[in-house]
Amino acid sequence: MTAALSYEAVLADRDAIMRASVGIDYQQYVTGVLAFDYERLLADTGYDIQRTQDVQSRTGVGNTPLIELHHITSLVRFLAAPGKGARIFVKDEAANPSGSFKDRRASLSVYEAKRRGYEGVVAATSGNYGAAVASQAAKAGMRCIVVQEAFDSQGIAQPEIAEKTRACEAYGAEVIRLSVGPELFYVFLCVLKETGYFNASLYTPYSIVGIETLGYELAGQVQEQTGRFPDLVIATHAGGGNVTGTARGLRKAGAVDTKVVAASVDLTGLHMASDRDFNRKSFTTGHTGFSMPFTTWPDRADVPRNAARPLRYIDRFVTVTQGEVFYMTQVLAELEGLERGPAGNTSLAAAFSMAQELDADQIVVIQETEYTGAGKHPLAQLNLAKQMGVEVRRGDPRDNKPGQRIVIPEHPSQIAVVDVDLEHVRRSYVRHALEAVHGEQPMSEIDLDFLAAETRSSRAYVKEAVNEWHRTT
Amino acid sequence: MAEYIEKGTWVEIHRIVLPAGQRASQVPGETQQVPLEMRVKGFLAERSSLGDEVEIVTSVGRRLRGMLTDVNPAYTHSFGSPVPELLMIGREVRTILGGTRGGG
Repeated sequence: MTAALSYEAVLADRDAIMRASVGIDYQQYVTGVLAFDYERLLADTGYDIQRTQDVQSRTGVGNTPLIELHHITSLVRFLAAPGKGARIFVKDEAANPSGSFKDRRASLSVYEAKRRGYEGVVAATSGNYGAAVASQAAKAGMRCIVVQEAFDSQGIAQPEIAEKTRACEAYGAEVIRLSVGPELFYVFLCVLKETGYFNASLYTPYSIVGIETLGYELAGQVQEQTGRFPDLVIATHAGGGNVTGTARGLRKAGAVDTKVVAASVDLTGLHMASDRDFNRKSFTTGHTGFSMPFTTWPDRADVPRNAARPLRYIDRFVTVTQGEVFYMTQVLAELEGLERGPAGNTSLAAAFSMAQELDADQIVVIQETEYTGAGKHPLAQLNLAKQMGVEVRRGDPRDNKPGQRIVIPEHPSQIAVVDVDLEHVRRSYVRHALEAVHGEQPMSEIDLDFLAAETRSSRAYVKEAVNEWHRTT
Repeated sequence: MAEYIEKGTWVEIHRIVLPAGQRASQVPGETQQVPLEMRVKGFLAERSSLGDEVEIVTSVGRRLRGMLTDVNPAYTHSFGSPVPELLMIGREVRTILGGTRGGG
């Protein structure tokens, strides 16, 4: 019976449950107080690009089209300075079996779970990933349980999550719907313990390696269509897997000079564990409520070591507002004939702004779309927002106030990314890392090198940041 | 007299996982004041009535217990009404691009 065991007892048993359900002994990768061998953790999956593609192609995952957005590019050039306005392409990941790039993440996890003899898979997710795991499990003949944070204390379901409930159930999964709160993790652990199923976490090495094919494919497609690698690839950023896997795939394709941009919807001020705020957010993912905590400390995930480590790969981190994304969702439908999103449209809004900074012969790629449907649509979100007392109006998107006011731009020239200060993010990462080992033995040179790799900085930078932390605590 | 729901009917159960006041320490005050609730669908194991404590068999074959709250629960999420704030965007951007495709 789910959640028959006490909260304290289950959390105390967390490490053993995790070990049994992921089948990875993370301890063997530890190399220092903080450091672990990240590359070996990923390499030990045994999947290179070719092998991943082989597994994914069995279920029709991947090889999605790359579509040039000619009319949106024209609109960008209308607004940009002469000679500016990069070509914009989108990777139509909605063409995957369950309608999003999450099929890439689910495919290796479910394949591995099956290979190792697990009876079923469990995923803690309210988003597309649940549908992806359920779809892959259906194809593999495995059982699937999805644990969702789905409704508030008034019983009001977030419409996008309601659609995910429906999709998971359509694929034959058991869906456990919970009200708001991080204790979802407790229910998740109970389910793992009771069933002995595989933990198809978003953050295992399999989940990240599965995304590498996305970056790899798009690099090849851009080169084939334009004769060059993309200048900018923009990924909608939440838990960090999308950015990490895509960037790794780009590098494996040889696109080492391509800049990787992480784009999130700005939900500053809204608390992710708040019952009140839950339905005052018009985005369920791809927002700063996930991307900030996960970028500044990835190891808050449902596995001991998160294989998504975005700060290693991000060249630029930007935010856009909810209203800007809704505006661009409408533009995508009406100018390009593509009704997609919400998730990829965060990157689209960022691309629209950033393409104006680039030269006309440069190339920007939005690396995903997702399927649109009932609940997963600006209409559903804006109608709910109005019902919850959030003001919706046309105006200057700078007047946007998460949870209180959604401002739909009056003119495309008002769409502008806001840069997140990566220096601040790096400092925050180092602070979290030091807090995580507080009171333990001093860090070795290996740890300093690890932190330098994690923050894409240098040993000298890390030493200075560590000294600063000691001075101020 | 309570109406019976037959064994094998597709239903939803509800259960309190953590009561109000026993939530995790890190959750905000207003979340502390409400319980952590769970809803799951499955096939009813025995003939019962709404409000009964019942057992269900989920789609993966697990047996779960909770209060019977709904019978053949509907998917009610939708698109809703058109939103006026979005209606003019297409026309506006087409006008900027030259208004040749039904803009302006």
